[in-house]
Amino acid sequence: MPNGTTFLTRSGWLNLAILAIFLLVVLPLVVDPFRLNLVGKYLTYAFVALGLVMCWGYGGILSLGQGCFFGLGGYCMAMYLKLEASSIENTKIQSTPGIPDFMDWNQITALPAFWVPFKSFPLTIIAILILPTILAFVIGAAMFKRRVGGVYFAIITQAISSILTILIVGQQGYTGGVNGITDLRTLNGWDIRSDHAHTILYFVCVILLIACLLLAQYVTCSKLGRILVAMREKEDRVRFSGYSVANFKIFIFCLAAVFAAIGGAMFTLQVGFMSPTFVGIVPSIEMVIYAAVGGRFSLFGAIYGTLLVNFAKTSFSESFPELWLFGLGALFIGVVMLFPNGLAGIYRSTLDPYVKRLLGSTPRPKSADPSVSQPAE
Amino acid sequence: MSLLSEEKDVSDSKNDLNSSRRQILKGMAALPAVGLMAPRAYAAAATSAVNTTGLAVTDTTVTVGILHSITGTMAISEIGAVEGEKLAIEQINAAGGVLGRQIKIIQEDGASDWPTFAEKAKKLLVVDKCASVYGCFTSASRKAVLPVFEQYNGMLYYPTFYEGLEQSKNVIYTGQEATQQTLAVLNWLGKEKHAKTFYFIGSDYIWPRTSNKIARKHIETALGGSVVGEDYFPLGSTQFASVINKIKLKKPDVIFSTVVGGSNVSLYKQMKAAGIDLSKQLLIALAVTEDETKGIGAENIAGAYTCMKYFQSIDTPENKTFVAAYKKMWGADAVIGDPQQAAYESPFLWKAACEKAGSFDIDKIAAASPGITMAAPEGEVKIHPNHHLWSKSRVARAKLDGQFEIVYTSELIEPNPFPKGYQ
Repeated sequence: MPNGTTFLTRSGWLNLAILAIFLLVVLPLVVDPFRLNLVGKYLTYAFVALGLVMCWGYGGILSLGQGCFFGLGGYCMAMYLKLEASSIENTKIQSTPGIPDFMDWNQITALPAFWVPFKSFPLTIIAILILPTILAFVIGAAMFKRRVGGVYFAIITQAISSILTILIVGQQGYTGGVNGITDLRTLNGWDIRSDHAHTILYFVCVILLIACLLLAQYVTCSKLGRILVAMREKEDRVRFSGYSVANFKIFIFCLAAVFAAIGGAMFTLQVGFMSPTFVGIVPSIEMVIYAAVGGRFSLFGAIYGTLLVNFAKTSFSESFPELWLFGLGALFIGVVMLFPNGLAGIYRSTLDPYVKRLLGSTPRPKSADPSVSQPAE
Repeated sequence: MSLLSEEKDVSDSKNDLNSSRRQILKGMAALPAVGLMAPRAYAAAATSAVNTTGLAVTDTTVTVGILHSITGTMAISEIGAVEGEKLAIEQINAAGGVLGRQIKIIQEDGASDWPTFAEKAKKLLVVDKCASVYGCFTSASRKAVLPVFEQYNGMLYYPTFYEGLEQSKNVIYTGQEATQQTLAVLNWLGKEKHAKTFYFIGSDYIWPRTSNKIARKHIETALGGSVVGEDYFPLGSTQFASVINKIKLKKPDVIFSTVVGGSNVSLYKQMKAAGIDLSKQLLIALAVTEDETKGIGAENIAGAYTCMKYFQSIDTPENKTFVAAYKKMWGADAVIGDPQQAAYESPFLWKAACEKAGSFDIDKIAAASPGITMAAPEGEVKIHPNHHLWSKSRVARAKLDGQFEIVYTSELIEPNPFPKGYQ
């Protein structure tokens, strides 16, 4: 089996099949619509976690500001939905009908120019994909060309997400401020609040997630993926071999940003509002934790990790409203101390060899698995 | 009679035989229980009659939800509201419950996080089928749950003074809206203190901005005064040195503060350090209750005025009984601020609505609520058709012991969440 060039190994296909069956068949059958909507919400974070596996696990670039891209995607979608919900009939009571309610409260009397493109659905979709890419490109170009990396980069991304939060909160007439953009009702006339709509959106979300997973898998097993791993291990050696390290880093950072933005847009659709609480530092760090719990070198692990952490969060907080944060904290500490490679690490050391033997391939680690060559960091 | 029809079924199949036998057995087992139930059933109407929409109501209990942040930055404020609500529910249960049913509480943590509020609200309505929910504190959390309550037809009792501009069939607002609080204190300032110039400082979110919008209109039109400055700070901000300098330069008659939460601690300490003497400088702190005073330090804020509908120091028998009961349940050190009292009123208002409607159904309660009165600790309150409360506003001055001395009490003020001419 040639190293690093197979798209998915046999056990990789098996993993994919298991994931798809679990998300597309088992969960919708077992779980009631309310919980399914919750799972859908968790899966939107999994988009971010996938991006983090790409840029942190493979590329070695730790970004603590992914919430900023998640938020951008979410806000773009929310602006479109809000404009649709603010029709003249719905907003008769306002001094200026036809503009979002929070603008009216803030004495704004006409729709600001930057809101106008969000009247169109195609333009909104383009914005969801392009805006985060541009932002990531600018940040990436400014940082990586100057060879800023490691901890400094992490701190700068954190600062950027913090700046974006302050901007959104401060400009409440244009952005909805702390309250965010709420009371979103329909997408092109289709009521997104019904159980039926939630179920459909859930499937859309899963399919998009699997598509992103396959794209990520494609990148990691291509030549590009191997350059990324090489860069993470010995950046200088890659540079001296004639590669432009910065460009590769910018690419992978932009890719992670687009994943996060898709997650954000799906989040807005399923939850029905967007607020600056998803943009700031705390959610950004939480998203890093999802990737860490799942195993930061494993794309599948990222999805399972996100689900596990969020299930734990919801069930702890329902059963022990006073103590749940401690339970969650214990989970993080436990996983990080005992299983530094997260859920994927546990799987790899216990089940994987048996699965491989069953499938008839030699019981050695996955070819595209970079953690094997990875010394403890 | 039903036995006859079941006998017919017996011939149909074995399964039917089993199920009908089970039903007969169940019926027999219930016989002694029916005997026991009789006196209770006499007091309480049949569940099928008081609950036609599938809420969590049994013959003996009714389930309600409490949804506040008990973790995160808002916990410090919201735990008081939870205490008020639990005290009220305990008192109602001790007095026989609602429509003959004891109230059961399901509590969820909103974790100071708006989407969590929405998620938990949905859970309380969809999974737990709560007959009413007491919860939310910040406007953002209310805005997040409002579509949920409207979609699943729940009933939310919201205890905080807030900016208005909202009215819903599915919410009863037991705190004051902005005009009740703001206009009362401005009129008092104009009449008693002849104030003409105002400086606005506030936290940067919707409640301060809306309150100040209303205040500015009123100052410029009704009082013939002017606003000489208006500054906003991000939530949680601790740097007020520059605005304090500006205030000292402009020398306004009144500093009108809508700064909320932890920022207040820095604000009053920095003002004191900069030499602003609150015994001479008029300062209105609209968001400072007894609870915040504990954090700020009474010595830093003594002399400032505030305007609320409730103060712990109100001198009426109803309030004294309430304060004593509160301290008995939650400890002698407990202080009670405006939202806690509003939270305490909520379950009683719900109970009265249920009894007036003779039902737990949300639509009937929503329709029955207007006109309901209650002799609350703050005095008589009445629910307006717009689901807000008629209430009195009181202006009070902070004292060194952390309590407030009431200097002015208004008449009952009509709630007006969409004030014409102030938008």
